[in-house]
Amino acid sequence: MMMDHRQSHLESVRAALSIVVYPIQLAVELPGSVTGWFRESLATRRELQEENVSLQTQLLMLKAQRQKLEALEVENIRLRELLDSSFQVGEKILVAELMSVNLDPYKHQIVINKGELDRIYPGQPLLDADGVMGQVVHVGPYTSTAVLITDTSHAIPVQVNRNGLRTIALGSGTINRLELPYLPNNSDILIGDLLITSGLGGRFPPGYPVAMVTAIQQDPGQAFARIVATPKAKLDRSREVLLVWPGDIDAALAASANAGKQPAEADIQVVPEGEPDSDGDSE
Amino acid sequence: MITGRNHGSGVIIATFLAALVLTVVPLPDWLRPVRPDWVGLVLIYWCLALPDRVGVVTGWFTGLLVDLLTGTLLGQHAMALAVIAWLTLRLHQRIRLFPVWQQALIILVLLVLHQLLALWVDRFIGRPGPPWYYWTPSLLGMLLWPLIYSALRTLRRSFSVN
Repeated sequence: MMMDHRQSHLESVRAALSIVVYPIQLAVELPGSVTGWFRESLATRRELQEENVSLQTQLLMLKAQRQKLEALEVENIRLRELLDSSFQVGEKILVAELMSVNLDPYKHQIVINKGELDRIYPGQPLLDADGVMGQVVHVGPYTSTAVLITDTSHAIPVQVNRNGLRTIALGSGTINRLELPYLPNNSDILIGDLLITSGLGGRFPPGYPVAMVTAIQQDPGQAFARIVATPKAKLDRSREVLLVWPGDIDAALAASANAGKQPAEADIQVVPEGEPDSDGDSE
Repeated sequence: MITGRNHGSGVIIATFLAALVLTVVPLPDWLRPVRPDWVGLVLIYWCLALPDRVGVVTGWFTGLLVDLLTGTLLGQHAMALAVIAWLTLRLHQRIRLFPVWQQALIILVLLVLHQLLALWVDRFIGRPGPPWYYWTPSLLGMLLWPLIYSALRTLRRSFSVN
């Protein structure tokens, strides 16, 4: 146990043993996937048409946004090139699905259906359509376990999008709450500020939304303000997640060289907004 | 290896597998914290019924599988289940004679011990303390014990596992 906690020698043992439990996970997954299959194959024509229309509208909107983004991205890379600064824009993305397996209720961990065979590596960032979800901690051949940003053992380097103020967001153990304990009372932060990844620490790629500041409490007797933020990602509701390989500058420059073409590896997936926005907070 | 001795190993393995599946089967959020300790209950039953076949080693290996499935520290549940298997083996001749409600009280103690050992490891690596309802699975396990006991006994007799 101490070895598992302190060192990583047992990581390979855990990876090998995870094959043993893979059938159990599949068995648990089975009823969910069967009902999903039934729902898909028994969906009425009207439902499908409606879904199709809404998806097409969404696609159109995203495409319009993307046109602008591409131009901006290329311009950004060109300008950065002029400034000789290295900035990473192009990133490789893979879509994975959550397995419907409940883990320890007091830890915020999830199992995804991609593993070593898909070149997942420990420490890999995990996103959903709205923001950063967490990072991969254990990789097995077919599945991996990821820890969410709200787990009490997790911390993520962030910056305020408005002014670039850097800090660290700690998980609180509650699914809709992050804490920012290291900002002094006089720091320039407001309720509603968007926190994005700062890219410091080298684990998360910079520029992805993490959380929104929801409460600030300044106690003159304390050295630091008490700041609470709500994660942007739907941590307890998303089923599709995106795995990101932070890209290298060469790929991005190559993409900018044949301007007009989009970076070949960016593979964007539209996630339907099906879930009602009820409060899923029961922990 | 004598064939008569190993009669019904399949049934034992199947019950453990079912318990493992129930440990990770998705439940609604409000039910998740009260999920009973299925593996612990099944392990205690087999330790009582067949103390010469199911014991500390079985407990340790199933605990290891629980650790892998639930993503806890490798060895955390393995240790806890091995300890309760050992205690059950020590006490099995006494527990067998008790009426079922009295057995349930002993089961409560064993299940709380399992949770206590897991909690102890969690606190040791610096995780925060759980809320009060952390202990409800043990209570639920105690209430479920008469059911599980009779169900597994029927299963054991109909497949004549001995």
